[in-house]
Amino acid sequence: MTPHSNVLFRFAAPQAFYGLAGRLWPWVAALATVFGVWGLWTGMFVAPIDFQQGQAYRIIFVHVPASWMSMIIYLAMAFWAVLGLTFNTRLSGMMNRALAPTGAMFAFLSLWTGALWGKPMWGAWWVWDARLTSELILFFLYLGFMGLTASIDDPRRSDKAGGLLALVGAINVPIIYFSVRWWNTLHQGASVTVTQGSSMAQTMLWAMLLMALSFWLYAIAIALYRIRTLILEREKHTQWVNAELRPEGAS
Amino acid sequence: MLSVNDLSCHRGERRLFSGVGFQLKAGTCLYLEGDNGVGKTSLLRQVSGLLPVSVGQISWCGKPIADNEFFRKQLIYLGHNLAMKDDLSAMENLQIDAAIAGQAVDPDKVLSALKSLGLKGREHLPIRVLSQGQKRRAALARLLTRQASLWILDEPVVALDVPAQAAVGRVLKAHLEKGGMVLFTSHQPLPMAIPSASITSYRLQG
Amino acid sequence: MNPFIAVVRRDVSLALRRKNEVMTSVFFFVVVAALFPLGIGPEMNTLRLIGPGVLWVGALLASMLSLGRMFAGDHDDGTLEQMVLSSASLPSLVGAKILAHWLLSGLPLVVLSPVLALQFDLNLQAIEVLMATLLLGTPLLSLIGAVGAALTLGVRGADVLLSLLVLPLYVPALVFGAGAVQAQTAGLGASAHLSILAAMLLMAAVFSPWACASALRIALE
Repeated sequence: MTPHSNVLFRFAAPQAFYGLAGRLWPWVAALATVFGVWGLWTGMFVAPIDFQQGQAYRIIFVHVPASWMSMIIYLAMAFWAVLGLTFNTRLSGMMNRALAPTGAMFAFLSLWTGALWGKPMWGAWWVWDARLTSELILFFLYLGFMGLTASIDDPRRSDKAGGLLALVGAINVPIIYFSVRWWNTLHQGASVTVTQGSSMAQTMLWAMLLMALSFWLYAIAIALYRIRTLILEREKHTQWVNAELRPEGAS
Repeated sequence: MLSVNDLSCHRGERRLFSGVGFQLKAGTCLYLEGDNGVGKTSLLRQVSGLLPVSVGQISWCGKPIADNEFFRKQLIYLGHNLAMKDDLSAMENLQIDAAIAGQAVDPDKVLSALKSLGLKGREHLPIRVLSQGQKRRAALARLLTRQASLWILDEPVVALDVPAQAAVGRVLKAHLEKGGMVLFTSHQPLPMAIPSASITSYRLQG
Repeated sequence: MNPFIAVVRRDVSLALRRKNEVMTSVFFFVVVAALFPLGIGPEMNTLRLIGPGVLWVGALLASMLSLGRMFAGDHDDGTLEQMVLSSASLPSLVGAKILAHWLLSGLPLVVLSPVLALQFDLNLQAIEVLMATLLLGTPLLSLIGAVGAALTLGVRGADVLLSLLVLPLYVPALVFGAGAVQAQTAGLGASAHLSILAAMLLMAAVFSPWACASALRIALE
């Protein structure tokens, strides 16, 4: 085993990861806030007005990064699922349970902002746009994962079943996306996009990237925070957790 | 030929047992005893391969039992439930059981197996109309209709009356004499037919 | 008799002794096909338009209804454990169960579909394509649904959870299945759709038994 993999496997133990996560998450959260403020300010005030959609288009600075994040988090979950099913590590399952609610939240945010955007553009709260429909299905995949892991009492079985589900879902996501796009173009549905000639203004892209970075760091911070609670719950029969939970000053 | 080494078992967050080790050679029988809830069923399920093992080794003829098709060919596991379909008869159940295990079985052999366990005349009735004891005897008949050297039995004689227990004892004895192995648990007294020289006890502590 | 055939024969003969599994799917399919015109109105042009979609959704839901029973019976009486312990490959035994499920809940729908399609005034070519898509699509639905059934085995609230898990995965089959019939009626030809359905069926036939076997082992722990 190389020294590098030794380090990786050391942090695969819940106790070590607990400490690492505790030290990291405040910094990540702070960075997320910085980028978020910067991104929002750029998007709201600095980026130019779209010549077709006016001010309303600015919602894409939340909508697009949220969509990206909902997909990236699902990929991350699939990655941890593969790790967990191959190496049988406890941490992978906990990581997925920590990530899933945030992924679902971003999917919901994407749908909601998509609707808010669609209304001034098309006059309807929901148009069966290919990307929005795929996002809706992704949202259901998240809910399915959360439902399954919540219904199984035994933690090891819950982790493994959730991991398998995440993997099956991940393999199907491209197929689902492709079929929804086919369905949409076949029926000439509406499309929610920003048209700015052939390219987007530099500042718009910049604002979206900043927001995406901010959302990504937020997801990491909150996953680290959440996983600490999960670790305490799962390992509550061990000595180190009992020591951790004992109130300060008690012997 | 079956070797268990330093085995431990966790269910959820509880640790049931640890450091369990024993060997089972041809012609011997291991009686697993212990209080309720100590983990006897979990141990039997780990040895048969249904429950995964994270600490310890279980091997058959020197090779680990995980993904070991050769091991599964040699194994019959009978747990608390009967592993029979209610709507099918004992005859049909046993034939399908053998087929799923990849073994061919002669209908006459099935009939004689059921007869030796006292089920003559009931071979073609759906399982659901049989009594508890009759159902269990039908389930045990698969020990005679299938070829396997290792029998793992979780409370095989529960709900059986004394004559039926004796019949099961004779079946186990014949199996041991042919060089087979038995690993079982039971709350009832052991079937007397088995010579005490071939039985070892292992007490499972929490 | 090899293990695969033994399992298919067993499941089919068991279901035929009880008959309710076949009847539930068929009945549901018929009811859905009858309810939509009642809810929407008898205007023939509308019905011709929605027909393929309605029939496909009906078949999809009918197939989904019977998924919960696929492994639950065997799990309860212990025969599932024996299958996992058998020296025969578990994916092949699972494949046998899925095949039996399709023969009982999918194939009757294919056979019944022309009759129901007449209620929506679909022409002969459209009916042919409909039957072809259902012939390819219902086994696909059984294969996908089986993974959901295996994952939710013995879990609280399994029925609702199973639907939630399986519906997103059903979307591609629905889109291409109903889309094929619509393409046919629009004069565009359904061969592309049918090829895609066939490809998805092939992929599912390879991956699903393996995924189910993993899920069943997890469920038996």
